[in-house]
Amino acid sequence: MTRGRVAVFVTCVVDQVFPAVGIAMTEVLQRLGYAAEFRERQTCCGQPAFNTGYWDEARRLARHFLEVFHDAEYIVIPSGSCTSMVAHHFAQLLPNNPAAQQLASRTWEFSKFLIEVAKVEDVGARFEGPVTYHDSCHALRELHVHDGPRRLLARVRGLELREMDAAAECCGFGGTFSVKFADVSCAMARTKIDSILRTKADTVVSADSSCLMQLQGAMRRAGLGIRTMHLAEVLASQ
Amino acid sequence: MSESFVPVEHLRGALADQRLQSAIYAATGRLIEKRAGAVSAEALPDYQQLREQAHRVKRHALDNLDTYLEQLEENIIAHGGRVIWCATGAEVADFILNLAKLRGANLIVKSKSMTTEEIDLNERLEHHRLEAVETDLGEYILQLAHERPYHIVAPALHKTRYEVADLFTARLGVERDLVIENQTLTARRVLRERFLAAGIGITGANFLVADSGAVVVVENEGNARLTSSAPPVHIAIAGIEKIIPRAQDLPVFLKLLGRSATGQPLTVYTSFLSGPRRPGEMDGPEEFYVVLLDNGRTKLLADADKRESLYCIRCGACLNHCPVYRKIGGHNYPGTYSGPIGAIITPQYAGVLKHPWLPFASSLCGACAEVCPVKIDIPRLLLTLRRDIARSRSWTERLAFGAFAWLGTHPRLYSLAGSIAARLAPRAKDGWLRRAPFLSRFGVFRKWLSQRDIPVPARRSFRKYWRDRAKGAPTA
Repeated sequence: MTRGRVAVFVTCVVDQVFPAVGIAMTEVLQRLGYAAEFRERQTCCGQPAFNTGYWDEARRLARHFLEVFHDAEYIVIPSGSCTSMVAHHFAQLLPNNPAAQQLASRTWEFSKFLIEVAKVEDVGARFEGPVTYHDSCHALRELHVHDGPRRLLARVRGLELREMDAAAECCGFGGTFSVKFADVSCAMARTKIDSILRTKADTVVSADSSCLMQLQGAMRRAGLGIRTMHLAEVLASQ
Repeated sequence: MSESFVPVEHLRGALADQRLQSAIYAATGRLIEKRAGAVSAEALPDYQQLREQAHRVKRHALDNLDTYLEQLEENIIAHGGRVIWCATGAEVADFILNLAKLRGANLIVKSKSMTTEEIDLNERLEHHRLEAVETDLGEYILQLAHERPYHIVAPALHKTRYEVADLFTARLGVERDLVIENQTLTARRVLRERFLAAGIGITGANFLVADSGAVVVVENEGNARLTSSAPPVHIAIAGIEKIIPRAQDLPVFLKLLGRSATGQPLTVYTSFLSGPRRPGEMDGPEEFYVVLLDNGRTKLLADADKRESLYCIRCGACLNHCPVYRKIGGHNYPGTYSGPIGAIITPQYAGVLKHPWLPFASSLCGACAEVCPVKIDIPRLLLTLRRDIARSRSWTERLAFGAFAWLGTHPRLYSLAGSIAARLAPRAKDGWLRRAPFLSRFGVFRKWLSQRDIPVPARRSFRKYWRDRAKGAPTA
């Protein structure tokens, strides 16, 4: 028996660079009894264009998204940032489009969906080792995702969650900011990494793959062997 | 936006200065910690309601600015003061120069005012041989060092006591003393004489209260109180956006301002100045003037979409919490105001094309909006300004985003482009590359790779995985 259908929106970064995150997310959803569906016509939420000031281009992508997901009851996304784009900024880009105004009620960041819709904390995962959780800015400040991922992680067998002092500080990614202001972006990453190192955790977990890309890129360059994993990957581990 | 707009070398200079980096990080860190304690649920249970209320009051005040400014003027006149309306900094300087000449004043004492920084008042006065002395300790240090404020609230935040000791020795001829209390006493000794000798005192204003015709000044050192009461003439210079309708609105703002700025429930001094000394009063100036300055504010007011930029009460919390400010520091921001608030108001005052990089100097992390006591949606304003900077973009960037949007609305080609990119991408054993000579021909990749490794696209995208799964192909 299924608990319902969810349409997953697999962000462009996850689709192209970190597909394991999307696979893990669909596995967790299926394990919880949801029928996960991937609509092949989906592309990108348009946030890179929107954040760089290309609102007309972003609008075209928003309309495309609306068309693809027009009848989806739940849209689940493995990214706080892309969820915020869809749930909040589409409404701002398309003020006269009723569908865009209603998106917020059916678009869910992955961990928020688990806690608030599926109402689970224990997904039956097992993961050995000390991990630290990085709050991605948009999940934290635009979607108010803070306790959810921690509650989910707390129920993972074998996992020890170690809070870092700067959990809520930006990793420095910021989309095109990471290359327009590469020096500043990397200085921000180093501050974050110092905080990660102080926890002595061997894995950094987050709800956003782009933050992890930034942190992993900088940690590798610094010769640090710290693993980065999306929350979905940890929750899919058994 | 062409990358060449970003003042890369200046930013690198700040990042490479270890002493500066730790000074900024420590000072802002202390302010962050103090604020967090002061607005905690235990310390201020109605903090969020106060923010809402402050936002509403400011919105109402700015939407009805004409009415309240006239009401303010009427009340100031009724108390025996005068209101001087100035469109520009030059008009302010003219007024002060004339008054100084009439009163035979050569020395002016000033308390801290970002508004006067905005119009380069000290330079304008010095140009006419009028000496203006800053009396806020931080501002005094900077005046001796010939620097502009590094921070809205803590102007000398970047200066260590070692630098201040050297500066005092060089400029005041005192013995080098590293004890901060002694440095303060030195400044106090010099400045006390100035207060007594000055013919005019100039303060800023934190709030203009329309219904009571009062100028409210908050401070910790007592220098603003001396500035406004010791000399025979007091001039308060205020941006027109400082207005609030009623005295009963003040507690909302006073509760928020000190806490957001320095973590203080209230600043040490809160002065309500509403006119010259009245018969029978012991102290206060003989003459009281309020200069209402526009200096571009009406331009911001006219844009309903960005008007909330004017709600700012200059607490500096957005600077302290901004991870970019904490790295690049205050002097890398053009204009008077630094940090996130500077990044939204400077482009509006100066024109968005003057410093087109400024609204982009943010990771859009939203820490500023989270701590803003009047709930200015700074990230939204940054995004709006980014949109407005259409003309200065490079054709390559326009082309790239145009192509991206086109592909993103043509799913089959989008998918095909993805698989081609994945096929063409260099291979890496563990999925990450340290060097990519071909990719490095493009600025975007070169900049990413300058200090970070880069992941290569996956051999099999999620899309492909899903398709294979549907076909019953092995998915592991």
